[in-house]
Amino acid sequence: MQHIVSILMENESGALSRVAGLFSARGYNIESLTVAPTDDSSLSRMTLVTSGTDDIVEQILKQLNKLVDVIKLVDLTESPHIEREMMLVKVEAVGESRSEVKRLVDIFRGNIIDVTDTTYTVELTGPGERLDAFLQSLSSISIHEVVRSGSMGISRGEKVLGL
Amino acid sequence: MELTGAEILVQCLKEEGVEYLFGYPGGAVLHIYDALYKQEDVKHILVRHEQAATHAADGYARSTGKPGAVLVTSGPGATNAVTGIATAYMDSIPMVVITGQVPTSLIGNDAFQECDSIGITRPIVKHNFLVKDINELATTLKKAFYVATTGRPGPVVVDVPKDVTGAKAKFSYPKDISMRSYNPSSKGHVGQIKKAVELILSAKKPVIYTGGGVILGEGCQQLVEFSQKLGYPVTNTLMGLGAYPATDKQFVGMLGMHGTYEANMAMHHCDVLIAIGARFDDRVTGNLEKFCPDAQIVHVDVDPASIAKTVKVDVPIVGEVAEVLEALIKQIDVSESKVDTSAIDTWWQQIDVWRAQDCLKFDTEGDKIKPQSAIKKVYELTNGDAYVTSDVGQHQMWAAQYYKFDKPRRWINSGGLGTMGFGLPAAMGVQLAHQGETVVCITGESSIQMCIQELATCLQYGLPIKILNLNNGFMGMVRQWQEFFYDKRYSQSVMNVLPDFVALVEAYGHVGIRVEKPEDLDAALDAAFNKHKDRLVFLDVITDPEENVYPMVPAGAGLNEMVLV
Ligand SMILES: Cc1ncc(C[n+]2csc(CCOP(=O)(O)OP(=O)(O)O)c2C)c(N)n1
Repeated sequence: MQHIVSILMENESGALSRVAGLFSARGYNIESLTVAPTDDSSLSRMTLVTSGTDDIVEQILKQLNKLVDVIKLVDLTESPHIEREMMLVKVEAVGESRSEVKRLVDIFRGNIIDVTDTTYTVELTGPGERLDAFLQSLSSISIHEVVRSGSMGISRGEKVLGL
Repeated sequence: MELTGAEILVQCLKEEGVEYLFGYPGGAVLHIYDALYKQEDVKHILVRHEQAATHAADGYARSTGKPGAVLVTSGPGATNAVTGIATAYMDSIPMVVITGQVPTSLIGNDAFQECDSIGITRPIVKHNFLVKDINELATTLKKAFYVATTGRPGPVVVDVPKDVTGAKAKFSYPKDISMRSYNPSSKGHVGQIKKAVELILSAKKPVIYTGGGVILGEGCQQLVEFSQKLGYPVTNTLMGLGAYPATDKQFVGMLGMHGTYEANMAMHHCDVLIAIGARFDDRVTGNLEKFCPDAQIVHVDVDPASIAKTVKVDVPIVGEVAEVLEALIKQIDVSESKVDTSAIDTWWQQIDVWRAQDCLKFDTEGDKIKPQSAIKKVYELTNGDAYVTSDVGQHQMWAAQYYKFDKPRRWINSGGLGTMGFGLPAAMGVQLAHQGETVVCITGESSIQMCIQELATCLQYGLPIKILNLNNGFMGMVRQWQEFFYDKRYSQSVMNVLPDFVALVEAYGHVGIRVEKPEDLDAALDAAFNKHKDRLVFLDVITDPEENVYPMVPAGAGLNEMVLV
């Protein structure tokens, strides 16, 4: 099963490589990884999407917790949460496909953020599955480039991952 | 007053109570060596290879419980230290390794003797730090010692660029340190303690299985009290030997691949397994599918990640081993439940039947020296009270089987990584920490050659280590596997082109004695341990070349499927 792990860690230069190194050394999956400083510049917030059996995910959480730079972490998948990912897609937009793409973008509530005579660049934000669905809907259109940010997540309600 | 970074570094070591700094100089650490030159509190031990510096600091740490300290230069100094850092990491040994680094302005430029020490060591340290600012040097060192010695201990690398050691700053050493991202947990959960005690007291066929964690966590006394209160059988892992007195009747020997028959059979048949400071290593469990099929398991460990890593556990307890054991003892006293003494009597009768197999017996006939008997003799001669280091191979297993350790921190070996070359340098650290005590290095002709240059270090510091070289002319452990599993195709495991060890050690300024016949062994041992008490003596003991280590759990088998001879 897929798990979204949110990690609060020291914003130190080697911190990201410790997490990435842990996953490669122990043979765990990383499906995506995003990281950036928070409002407190001494802290980094990382969202990591991984998958594995319950036993493996339990080990992953324990091993991550063991990293000296990691302050706190939470498996968002265990309780209600919000997941968002951003995607930029450059597609061919000529003739009929121009209006078709525009229509699909509207349906998926995306934005066209750059236009040329032959292309559109679309921005779309949402849970990963919605981005997947959008790409599928483009099946008859030629896609030039896809850039995805990887998922970010936060708990619903008053629950906070903070110091 | 302002001090240079180098002076600050040395002051920090002093504040941490570092007696010995094991190291080797080079360009990036010259400022530090200059600062060392000007003081006498921190004694520098000059090894002959950086690998030995880490092993010596490791031996010091294992035998004292205090952190080892190492200083090496950048580039090749750091890479040479890597094997020793990994060795300490696998066995959770507290150690601080200071590596020199090229000046901050050159980092990333492929400068002379630059390597990414932080990157290289990252997977084999508990944590590592690059100090880019002299104002962070003292706090970083404080953190390094704190992280290395608390929770589940481990090596910490501090990479210090040369310009940082040359710069000046005010020095003040923090008294305490706290890190918001690092809080090693301590006390076990009360509810879990109660649950564990009920399960433990309900047992009819229990086993107490303990590992290196009991020694690292200073919980040996508590373990003895706990075990004797219950009257249950105790087995130790290779890393845990000495935590429970080997000569006590409740001790059933080491478990695992070359453990005793009674320990492994008891494990296999137990109904409650009490695992303390042990990590269910594959050399201990054998085939996991067949491991302790009927057992409910209590697991006590300071590292939550050790629990349920490979084996499912019924009652996990995360906490410092000593404190958890104390809590368990208290809870046993107040619990309404009592030990089922009649069931335990029956259990002991069964164990005694397994014991009667006498699985460690060996053939003493013949005109060749049996390695087992050489170790037995050393055990008797030293009254079981020596510090014993070993390398890796058959001799290591025989030492673990035939030297009965009654005290912790006396058996010093590389269990997790299995590093050949560990024994002699580790013995140096042990001997420095325990002057006047007997330190024996049990080794093989292949392992000893991996760090033999340290004989010079031993001469320089007057370390009267006794080296027992069990010379079978083979990489014995490799040969044994090739005999069993590769139809005796001894591919590259023959080690019969050897130096004249006696001449070699004499060239290094020590005493060498070659022993070839069983009847000469006693006299040679007497010379080593009595006549030449104050000198390093190298006993080159020519042993029965194709002797094997028994009993053995073959790869893929369960603990109940041991091969006895
Ligand atoms: C550095 C290193 N290289 C290789 C090995 C693999 N290995 C394990 S035991 C062994 C043979 C050791 O031979 P020796 O030191 O003569 O001891 P014996 O088994 O004969 O007692 C080897 C090569 C190792 N453990 N460490």
